[in-house]
Amino acid sequence: MDPETLDLARLQFALTAGGHFLFVALTIGLATLVACVQTRATLSRNPVHERMTRFWGQLYVINYAVGIVTGLVMEFQFGMAWSGLMHLAGNVIGASLAMEALVAFFVESTFLGLWIFGWGRLNRWVHLGLIWVVALTAYASAYWILVTNGFLQNPVGHARDGAELRLTDAWAVLSNPAATNAFWHILGGSLVTAGVFMAGISALHLFRRTAEVELFTKSLRIGLFTALPALFVAVTAGGMQFGHLQPMKLAVFDQNSTRIAELQAEQVARFGPGDYVPPESWTRTGGIVMLLAFALLLYLLVPSVLLAFFRPVVRRFRLWHLVLVAAIPLPFLAMISGWVFREMGRQPWVIDGVLRVEDAVSDVPAAAMRTSLLVFTILFGLLLVLNWFLLLRQAVRGPDAVALGRIPEEPRPMSATF
Amino acid sequence: MELLAVAVLGVFALGYFLLGGADIGVGMLLPVLGRDARQRRLVVTAIAPFFLGNEVWLVATAGILVGAFPVLEGELLTGLFPAVVLLLVGWIVRDMGLWSRSRSDGRAWCAGCDAAITGGSWGVALSWGWMFAGLLAGRIHEVVTGPGALLTAVAVATLFAVHGLAFARLRLSGPPHRRASALFGRCGERPGLALTSSALVLLCLAVGFRLPLQENAADPGTLGLLLPAVLVLMPFLLGAQALMWWTFRARVERPLYL
Repeated sequence: MDPETLDLARLQFALTAGGHFLFVALTIGLATLVACVQTRATLSRNPVHERMTRFWGQLYVINYAVGIVTGLVMEFQFGMAWSGLMHLAGNVIGASLAMEALVAFFVESTFLGLWIFGWGRLNRWVHLGLIWVVALTAYASAYWILVTNGFLQNPVGHARDGAELRLTDAWAVLSNPAATNAFWHILGGSLVTAGVFMAGISALHLFRRTAEVELFTKSLRIGLFTALPALFVAVTAGGMQFGHLQPMKLAVFDQNSTRIAELQAEQVARFGPGDYVPPESWTRTGGIVMLLAFALLLYLLVPSVLLAFFRPVVRRFRLWHLVLVAAIPLPFLAMISGWVFREMGRQPWVIDGVLRVEDAVSDVPAAAMRTSLLVFTILFGLLLVLNWFLLLRQAVRGPDAVALGRIPEEPRPMSATF
Repeated sequence: MELLAVAVLGVFALGYFLLGGADIGVGMLLPVLGRDARQRRLVVTAIAPFFLGNEVWLVATAGILVGAFPVLEGELLTGLFPAVVLLLVGWIVRDMGLWSRSRSDGRAWCAGCDAAITGGSWGVALSWGWMFAGLLAGRIHEVVTGPGALLTAVAVATLFAVHGLAFARLRLSGPPHRRASALFGRCGERPGLALTSSALVLLCLAVGFRLPLQENAADPGTLGLLLPAVLVLMPFLLGAQALMWWTFRARVERPLYL
């Protein structure tokens, strides 16, 4: 095995998974908020609610489109760069990855296409049902991916049979606490991300004193009233995960050097010579930045929710508006640093205590891996820039410039083709 | 059980190549079919409501491959590494072109997005041709090179393009429709699509039979969980797709979101 291929493959996976995660964080939460707003609009038939649905729906669609293409690279990367993982554990994690593709990705995309292009063509209730299916399949997607990731963190329900793992207890894999707690943690985190995003963009419009005062007052309050409870869900589920973290991850986080040495000696005795300590600075920094971002969000959201009860304050407190705009990146920072903590702290294992990263990597020439890393890094960089350019431009332009769900000027064509 | 796994994989793979192949083909010929800004917008509208629902057939195919043939998946994707990178890059570029196209009215923006759609579609089609060239020769551990491989890749890409034309005839009207029909002579719209579809099916079956699928199926314990779940889901998945095709059955006469 070429050691350079290993480093390149790890870097490529980190960049694609991390990049994808940043889009997904917003997508899952925003889908929920759009579905709630559309439910309100369908019930009330209030034009403001309808405009809100279209405005936030448009931002959601822009973000989703980039999220989906980064997800494609993720799906194919398991086989391309980590065929050793599929060789050993394909019988266990292959099924959950397949379920993610079928139950979640397939249904989500089909229904999202219907929702986007079927605006005004479908019955209002059917159209509302579509966005709820999209939101729920986004959760299903998160669940199945975390079942896969949870198995890597805490391998349960399997037995070793020669060069392969066999699935012995499907329920243990599906209800793995490393998956279920992480699921609620991510769900909470996504709603915080989307809530703060919604509040921040609304605050920007209120700060600029655009004409849409009512729409953005409502949106700002929805964003904040979602973000605070979601923050508590995220922190509770996050705290519960500390109970069953890998002991080594915990020791590195606590900077407990005697414990680290103890665990290192223990693993050398079990698995043979090697370095079993994850990169300490990355793991620790990841954990600390996540906690700091959480603390900042808490200090911001508690008073903000109180302020949001007073409509005149929501409309005129311009300094607060600026603070809310500045807070938009905070949840993203918390999400990505938490991800670094979780994934870095698992090193050098890809499946904790079962398979080392160096034994999982594909036998691909370093030159090929370098080229693909370069190509995907440039592409992902461009996608990130394009996404935020389109997102912010659309956000600043406001609800009048939204193409999604716009009623066409021309009459509807009637000739069927099939 | 193994046979059922192969059949399920086949259904999703064929779904992708027939449905996705059509919108890829239309994307490849976008500048040929649409000569001015409005026409190109209509050509994009011909595939816009479908491409997202079409490409997920490949996502599902890859999912079944991972779930039911995990070792083969690893070997295939590692062996065909450069071609898979080309596929993914083409796919991403094409999708971003499609999604971004109508986010601005600037001429340069639209031209750039059109180039991304066309170039990306060609990248996807050629990468399939490249992979098929090796797989037809029974080589799954490395990509093939040389004039024979190039010729096969171009031939497969051309088949995608012609399939796209056959689909475009059903969706478009006016001058783009005339251009799409030129190649087919007196062959009707539906027979034309049936013809290109059968050619694609034959090609996919030829590739499928060369793959060592049955001997690489996952453990019976895994298949016993996965396959029933897939079969239970199948009517729902197909129903969702049917709803999509029924909703957007009307011939394109004005732009729609993208």
